[in-house]
Amino acid sequence: MNNAAAPTVPILQAENLSKSFSGQRILKGVSVGLGRGEIKILIGPSGGGKSTLLQCLNCLVLPDEGSISLSGQVIDLHDKKNLYQLRQQVGMIFQDFNLFDHLNALDNITIALRKVRKISRSQAQERAMLELEQVGLGNKAELYPAQLSGGQKQRVAIARALAMDPQVLLLDEPTSALDPELIGEVIAVIRTLAGKGMTMLMATHQISLISNLADEILFMEAGVIVEQGEPAQLLCPGCGSKSVGFCERLSEIADGDGTC
Amino acid sequence: MLTLSPFYHDLLSALNQGLLMSVALIVPSACGGVLIGIVAGTIRAFGQPWMRKIGDFYAALFRGTPLVVQLFILYFGLPNLGIYLSPYSAAVIGFILCSAAYQSEYIRGALLSIKKGQYLGAQALGFSTRQTLQSIIVPQAIRRALHGCGNEIIYLIKYSSLAYIVTCMELTGEGKTIATEYFRFTEVFAVIAVYYLILVSLAMLALKKIEKLLYIPGFGRN
Amino acid sequence: MQAQLNAVLDAFPYLLFGAINTGLIVIAAMFIGLFIGVLAAVGLVYGPRWLKWALTAYLWFFRGVPILALLFLFYFGLFPHLNIQIPALAAVAAVLGLTTGAYQANIFRGAIMSLPQGQFRAASALGMSEAAAIRSIILPQALRISIPAWSNEYSIILKDSALAFVIGAPEIMARAQFVASRTYQHLPLYLAAGLLYFFLTWAGVTALRKLEHKVRIPGYTEEEKS
Repeated sequence: MNNAAAPTVPILQAENLSKSFSGQRILKGVSVGLGRGEIKILIGPSGGGKSTLLQCLNCLVLPDEGSISLSGQVIDLHDKKNLYQLRQQVGMIFQDFNLFDHLNALDNITIALRKVRKISRSQAQERAMLELEQVGLGNKAELYPAQLSGGQKQRVAIARALAMDPQVLLLDEPTSALDPELIGEVIAVIRTLAGKGMTMLMATHQISLISNLADEILFMEAGVIVEQGEPAQLLCPGCGSKSVGFCERLSEIADGDGTC
Repeated sequence: MLTLSPFYHDLLSALNQGLLMSVALIVPSACGGVLIGIVAGTIRAFGQPWMRKIGDFYAALFRGTPLVVQLFILYFGLPNLGIYLSPYSAAVIGFILCSAAYQSEYIRGALLSIKKGQYLGAQALGFSTRQTLQSIIVPQAIRRALHGCGNEIIYLIKYSSLAYIVTCMELTGEGKTIATEYFRFTEVFAVIAVYYLILVSLAMLALKKIEKLLYIPGFGRN
Repeated sequence: MQAQLNAVLDAFPYLLFGAINTGLIVIAAMFIGLFIGVLAAVGLVYGPRWLKWALTAYLWFFRGVPILALLFLFYFGLFPHLNIQIPALAAVAAVLGLTTGAYQANIFRGAIMSLPQGQFRAASALGMSEAAAIRSIILPQALRISIPAWSNEYSIILKDSALAFVIGAPEIMARAQFVASRTYQHLPLYLAAGLLYFFLTWAGVTALRKLEHKVRIPGYTEEEKS
């Protein structure tokens, strides 16, 4: 998991992404690439464009300019079929889970397998159970989102994304809508994923994830990546980077939880 | 075997006849109302701004004026323009147009109540627009709109009595004829009340059953 | 075109006088309904079992029978039977009042039940009697919550009042029908009547929204349920 050993073709590569909403430029020519097994973490002040960048990478928001390629293949942003395929391969975890409210935990996972990947119901259920067990929710399969805690909902959401066998997982502040005591269970799942070599790009304010999971930290501000590098470089005390200042403020808020 | 006095014999056979006509009014009106209500409600929720304006105007107009006035315009007013409708078709058209205006309100509310995250979640998994609507949005909207739409149909059952005013002989009309003939309004309309109570109660039971069948935690009403 | 316009213009003052009667019916019915509704709601929530049963039956009957059938039943049937002789206008107000009373009872009951349990307990803890707690703690809150539903009830009663003509009460619709049958200008007259009702609906709902705003308590806004 070292940058030096990065493979030649990145799995997901975005070049020069720009996006404006009602005249305001949210992304100003951002480029980012993810090699197999790499974990990159997006930090920076809110409103800096992290969420928009992640949504652009999954084409949930279509970029105004720039290109996205998956395993070297450039995605045609105007071809809907192409977009659907991209999204199947690039999993997305939202801050507010976005579980389907009318389906129980199991069916939240099977529905995409059945409708999008056209897998039979029984196979889909088998797979879904497997994923639920992986996130420790094998006994909650029948419960509906309204009956799950925030942490459980996020774990179902992760299981749902993983069931699609994505090549990359994008995580948009996966723990920031959770009560403090529920954060741990989600972090544990994310760590397990990292251990299995999942390729991830994650926006987070969770200090413990930033320092010891990231292969690379991207500091984003006002729609631009202003700093980029390994945690050891960016976060060394007294190196004066924006990242270290940002992380120090985060750890003050987190009451000394973890170190930068 | 119980024998009925001529009055009750006449009354019940007339009312049973009327009941058939009432059902013949209610069923197509309810179906038409729901169908047009879905179209109008969807347009009012997601249509182009100008389409939304038209939809809102339609709903406001039909919800803001009494159904009797609408029926009078259809049955007594349109002949001024050379358009003649039979009592039955005037009644059904009036019921459908009015009921659909109310239904569109529930459909619109249900569609707008679905959070943006539900669309995002589906898209992120690679759902096409059609699949998103079919598997995610419609099942949720149905559950959100069910209670209101069902109640609207129950209203329609009661308001089908207005067909009598445009001389379509259903329960109320048949009953009125007998009541006038024998001059026994209390008995006649007490029996008619029972007929309507049975119809309405059956509809309520059916609605409860369906709601229970489709119940999902988090989608309970209120 | 001229003839139609003249017919409407000639008849308009006459229709407006009908609107006064319509207004009287609606106001009377709303207040009868409010009175019955509040009492019935309190009975439904706090009353003894037999009272709950009786009130449930009342709600079931008046919410299940069409206005038209109720008007015939009461005006031509029950009232003469019981030797009650009242003018058609009053009869309509009574029937609509009883009907909206049933619906309002349901609205107020829902509002009372939606209040947190603690409200009643806090009142009792202060030494209030049950009646005092209901009167000065529960009802002021419940009635505020109910205003949007109440204004909906207004527009329903207004529209139902257009049925009063079947028993000969001289309101808007009866008058429009009367003029139409003489002048044969059915369409313009009924359109005019429709316009009048539309205006009354709008005016009433706007006024009630003002009221809602006026009696609002900070931090105590019930989202409007449409």
